[in-house]
Amino acid sequence: MSAKILIVAEHDGSKLNPSTAKCVSCARALAGAEITVVVCAVDAAAVAAQAAKLTGVTRVLTVENPQNAHALAAVLAPQIVALAAPFTHLLGPSTTFGKDLMARISGLLDAPQVSDIMALESATRFRRPIYAGNAILTVDSSGAAKVVGTVRIASFEAAAPGGNAAIEKAALSVELPTHTRFISVSAAKSDRPDLQTAARVISGGRALGSAEGFKILFSLADKIGAAVGASRAAVDAGYAANEMQVGQTGKIIAPELYVAVGISGAIQHLTGIKDARTIVAINKDSEAPIFEVADFGLVGDLFQIIPELERLIGK
Amino acid sequence: MQRILVGIKRVVDYNVRIRVKPDGSGVVTDGVKMSVNPFDEIALEEALRIKERGAAQEVVVATVGPADTQQQLRTALAMGADRAIHVQAEGVVEPLMAARVLLKLIEREQPFLVILGKQAIDDDNGQTGQVLAALWNRPQATYASKIELSERTARVTREVDAGLETLEVDLPAVITTDLRLNEPRYVKLPDIMKAKKKPLDTLTLAALGVEPRQQLKLVRFEPPPQRQKGVKVKDAAELVDALKKKGLL
Repeated sequence: MSAKILIVAEHDGSKLNPSTAKCVSCARALAGAEITVVVCAVDAAAVAAQAAKLTGVTRVLTVENPQNAHALAAVLAPQIVALAAPFTHLLGPSTTFGKDLMARISGLLDAPQVSDIMALESATRFRRPIYAGNAILTVDSSGAAKVVGTVRIASFEAAAPGGNAAIEKAALSVELPTHTRFISVSAAKSDRPDLQTAARVISGGRALGSAEGFKILFSLADKIGAAVGASRAAVDAGYAANEMQVGQTGKIIAPELYVAVGISGAIQHLTGIKDARTIVAINKDSEAPIFEVADFGLVGDLFQIIPELERLIGK
Repeated sequence: MQRILVGIKRVVDYNVRIRVKPDGSGVVTDGVKMSVNPFDEIALEEALRIKERGAAQEVVVATVGPADTQQQLRTALAMGADRAIHVQAEGVVEPLMAARVLLKLIEREQPFLVILGKQAIDDDNGQTGQVLAALWNRPQATYASKIELSERTARVTREVDAGLETLEVDLPAVITTDLRLNEPRYVKLPDIMKAKKKPLDTLTLAALGVEPRQQLKLVRFEPPPQRQKGVKVKDAAELVDALKKKGLL
């Protein structure tokens, strides 16, 4: 029996999050898989049109409901479950959206979840990191009729556009809970690229010394079109916003270029960057563990090196 | 009674360097320091603070696992939990099973709030809180960095990818903790002595009516691929040249 995969789209009401295209790539690893993307929204048309263009997608289902204005797991989960019957796999991205939602779906379906899928070896074999990426575990789901999964988006390239899937409206009659209400979201408005999908990322650690100190990173980042991240130590110290945290409990990223500035390289941080194509480390401590994984290491004072880099690149 | 239930898990300590067994059957845990999962410590700390503010009367801590998990329950009692429940189980406890056990404990204890860590740092599954909320048919507020309780609702600030999101949930509810919710207290020696006298009940899965079940087979553990160590450059100019050569600038 070939796999029938339902991918839950992540979006903000108008734009499809790139994490969805990565889930499609994960699903395409199964030859012959039938891939359906479901878009739950108030008005799903724009997002559905974007999902329909992803190569490999067979069909896009839209579920429209005024209660879908905000992505609340408790509200979305019963709608996905109502569609789940024909599918062998239900996948979502391993972002805070997907992690929150998919496990609730797993509970409602009584189907086991494989978290942070980094490879799909067969319809029932998955590889995933455990212990902050210090071990890779292969699990087998042959014993379960249906599997829920979250996809480690750093492990996959986004599916390219070029598809032309059919878009269908799904009419559901599901009673949705009102016990969970959205109040607000405070997101730092930024013109910089999104940290999770940026091709270039510059991150700072505690050595930046202050929120003020981070400004030299922002300045360099703007020069090369990079997103700015931070180590947990820098976030805990209040130098950087929590959504900038890279690592085991923050964001797992896979940029083409990652520049770690004043970051010693705790294992929990390295977990978040091990799929980066090229890692640059700048640190005054030549023994810092970050140098063990860096392609290019530069020992020295970051407050001299960063402005100099900016000047050299600007030439 | 206004009661909070906190779930904890015994895990390999945060600072231990993880080694995969040569035969690929697991990671080395013999002679390795074990601790309460750090996110669960945060969950317990939050429950204790709520009680200390007078918004709860009792904090009950529970775990599912083999006999040695009682050490972590004692640590939790020393931190300040009023009593502990140990549900005995051998082997792998998947999130669906842990949640089933917790649901049975909820039926017995009738908490107005259940607080769990957002993930355990061993298997990094990050599922149990959400699965429990689904089985219980109650709200979930995951990745909490701030909890404000009212009579019948909780306002929870959550660390999400976009920034901070605030939800209001009706109680009872399940909340899972993120790192910045609080800093757990240190356990003092007299508290460890006091904890020995606090009640610790032991229950079997059979007594709770939960069938042991493992749906995912653990096929193989492997060490992660290592990155090749790179080169040191002498200054900013050499770095810019090297990156330009690779087409990265």
